[in-house]
Amino acid sequence: MLLDIKNLDVEFRMRRETVKAARNVSLQVNAGEVLGLVGESGAGKSTIGNAIMDLLEKPGLVAGGEILFKDRNIRGLPPEEMRRIRGDEIGMIFQDPQTSLNPLLTIGEQLVETIQKSLGLREKAAEDRAVELLEGVGITEARARLQAYPHQFSGGMRQRVVIALALAGDPDLIIADEPTTALDVSIQAQILDLIKGLCRTRNLGVIIVTHDIGVIANIADRVAVMYRGEVVETGAVAQVLGAPNHEYTKSLIAAVPRADRRLERFESVDYIEGGAKPFNRIDVQNHWLGAAQDFRAPNAKAIEVNDISLSFVLQKAVLKSNRRMLKAVDQVSFSIQEGETFGLVGESGSGKSTIARCIARLYKPDEGEIRAMGRDLLANPRSPETRRARRALQMVFQDPYSSLNGRKRVLDIVAEPMRFFKLTADEAETRKIVGELLDHVGLGAAAATRYPHEFSGGQRQRISIARALASRPRILICDEPTSALDVSIQAQILNLLKDLQDELGLTMLFISHDLPVIRQMCDRVAVMKDGAICEIAESETLFNNPTHPYTRRLLDLMPRMDLMKSAV
Amino acid sequence: MAEAKPRGFFSRLLDNDIAYSFFTTPTAIAAAVIAALAIGSALLAPLIAPFNPFDPAQISLWDGKLPPVWVEGGQAQYLLGTDNQGRDMLSTILYGGRLSIVVGLAAVCLGMALGVVLGVVSGFFGGAVDSVIMRIADVQLTIPGILLAILINGIGRALLPLEMREEFAIYVVIVAIGLTDWPQFARVVRGATLVEVNKEYVQAARVIDLPGWLIMIRHILPNVMRPVLVLATIGLALAVISEATLSFLGQGIPPTTPSLGTLIRVGNEFLFSGLWWITFFPAIALVVLVFAVNLLGDWMRDALNPKLR
Repeated sequence: MLLDIKNLDVEFRMRRETVKAARNVSLQVNAGEVLGLVGESGAGKSTIGNAIMDLLEKPGLVAGGEILFKDRNIRGLPPEEMRRIRGDEIGMIFQDPQTSLNPLLTIGEQLVETIQKSLGLREKAAEDRAVELLEGVGITEARARLQAYPHQFSGGMRQRVVIALALAGDPDLIIADEPTTALDVSIQAQILDLIKGLCRTRNLGVIIVTHDIGVIANIADRVAVMYRGEVVETGAVAQVLGAPNHEYTKSLIAAVPRADRRLERFESVDYIEGGAKPFNRIDVQNHWLGAAQDFRAPNAKAIEVNDISLSFVLQKAVLKSNRRMLKAVDQVSFSIQEGETFGLVGESGSGKSTIARCIARLYKPDEGEIRAMGRDLLANPRSPETRRARRALQMVFQDPYSSLNGRKRVLDIVAEPMRFFKLTADEAETRKIVGELLDHVGLGAAAATRYPHEFSGGQRQRISIARALASRPRILICDEPTSALDVSIQAQILNLLKDLQDELGLTMLFISHDLPVIRQMCDRVAVMKDGAICEIAESETLFNNPTHPYTRRLLDLMPRMDLMKSAV
Repeated sequence: MAEAKPRGFFSRLLDNDIAYSFFTTPTAIAAAVIAALAIGSALLAPLIAPFNPFDPAQISLWDGKLPPVWVEGGQAQYLLGTDNQGRDMLSTILYGGRLSIVVGLAAVCLGMALGVVLGVVSGFFGGAVDSVIMRIADVQLTIPGILLAILINGIGRALLPLEMREEFAIYVVIVAIGLTDWPQFARVVRGATLVEVNKEYVQAARVIDLPGWLIMIRHILPNVMRPVLVLATIGLALAVISEATLSFLGQGIPPTTPSLGTLIRVGNEFLFSGLWWITFFPAIALVVLVFAVNLLGDWMRDALNPKLR
């Protein structure tokens, strides 16, 4: 056995309390095996990796248990010895390839230095070894690339270099902490293949720490599921994902959006936040919220976008010919029917968020026309009808932490549009309706008196939704509303959005990079690449019979979930 | 989530990281105590000072130039001695400190108000507005602050009719120091505003269609005030020094109602005739006051900076 962790406890002793980040954790890793460590944020999975490496940040400390590495307890070894083990016997791959390489040194310098230190080779030999390593991780023309700096590599290539660095000391165990989270799907697949291949050819033990069950399904041999600092289930991947024993594992797997067919709602996802209390939901039809006037021009679509383009200036210059522009949106047109959910999907930088921001009037497109409810949003922006159409259009943002003003109470955040536009009769009614809205989104009216920092990411996203509802919108733009959330919370939020759409007949523009989520949410989908739309189709048609080659490529790259088909 | 009751204002005030950092930093406590003592005794001067140095009836030229009690020739009623006109030094320092602190506070408030408004506007609108405001600030920053204050002070005095100069000298000094101070605030606030403007809560407010001025006041302003607080504390110390410098140069508060700076200047004339106490004690008072306020500002900067915690 390569690594054997016995009853590990990790504590963070803080001013007010001691947080037990890991409790009684036991794990085993064999040579030539990939162990997946999966769990949601705060489950303690990264803590385990750091505890093995003795890299816990203060005030964290290993409070109990043993870490046997090659039958030797490495817990509490002196720092110099630990440093040697870290370089030569255990390698580490971090999440963000942007920050784990030194931007001031060439790839060669970083690799050669590491190799010389840990293997004691001469410079020439070390250089040969570096070339060998780079070739081993799939970098072509390796000898020439030694002279290159990290910024000359793409994100995926950089992560390959990081892997080469981790292998430099010829380690027996690799700990990869979310190695593909910062990468696009197309690159994720390549990196996972590379790690798995290295594990087999070099007979390495690998621990992959991730929140993504799709990654586990693709790469791991065995998986350990963590929940609140404890390992709740360990076993072969096929068994754990196919026939989970523990309730938490079951609800975690149920919460993963399926790519193969559309479900009405996600099932049983209430395990995480202590079982959602049944809050009073309001009868929307007879409520203030449902009383939004319909001022749609006859026969108009909810949203029409005609040939909009927008370029950003990358480099300023006085002369027009010297300016460098980035065409973020290029001649895009689409329309959304009332009550429909329209998806925009694409990789990062494809311009999907820019389109959403154009429709929400946060950016002004260089050319083209945008109509909401039949009203032209760009021509005479100050006319009362345009403003009304604009206010009927609200947005839910991606980052639950920066999308709420931390200095204001939830009441004031949600009540802001009602107060400013006098949507209610008086302050008493405002307070009552804010309470009801918070109830309706599943937070409870008592949340109104608190501040945003007292809430978790998912709860904050519910506040964001309540704030959007307070303008009585007819159209909701959701810009990656769940990509910063854990899967189980994501499932809850997506269910909530579906409920709201059913009750209020909202029109939704749903933006995501995540194809399975799009499949679960959307009626029609547009696939974007480099600022232009490649394909627009009904969501079922698109997923079953994609016509555009780029769509096909994207669908092929989705993490395969066939192991989980039998689950639930 | 636990159903915690909303706590009272004071328990929340005491039970946060800033308060914790305060009570575990001895320097901060000491500085706060000294600053509170200095400011408190200055503000309460009419109640605790043995004499009123601004009241000619209480001044007797016969008692002029007396040394402190512990020096030979000192009198018990004048603890720190008297100045050339027979004013009790202790009382004069208390009253003078009061003047210095009031001028400092008012000047910082003026500079802060100007700087914060211009900074937020500059960061929020960007473009030409930003360029104009920040270029003016840049130009002003190239001129040494004290020179600029002397300039503004001089112009202000020249504009006033002769008989009003003494009476309004204090306001002129406040305006001069305040106008010198604003670029610091404007720069910091503009930087913070640029960060906040791009956050999604500001975008959400725009999508709600709130007007720009309301977004600035309700959303951006409360979120950029932290660094301003630090700057204002350190700025207070600097403003007190600026006032003392102006007064020392004879450009500030007139000797009839002396501030600390004026006292030091007056005493300076007698330094070489052996009357060291007239300049020494006001100088010590000034140093202690500025030092304590500065330490407090330093601590606040560290406590509010998440990177250093």
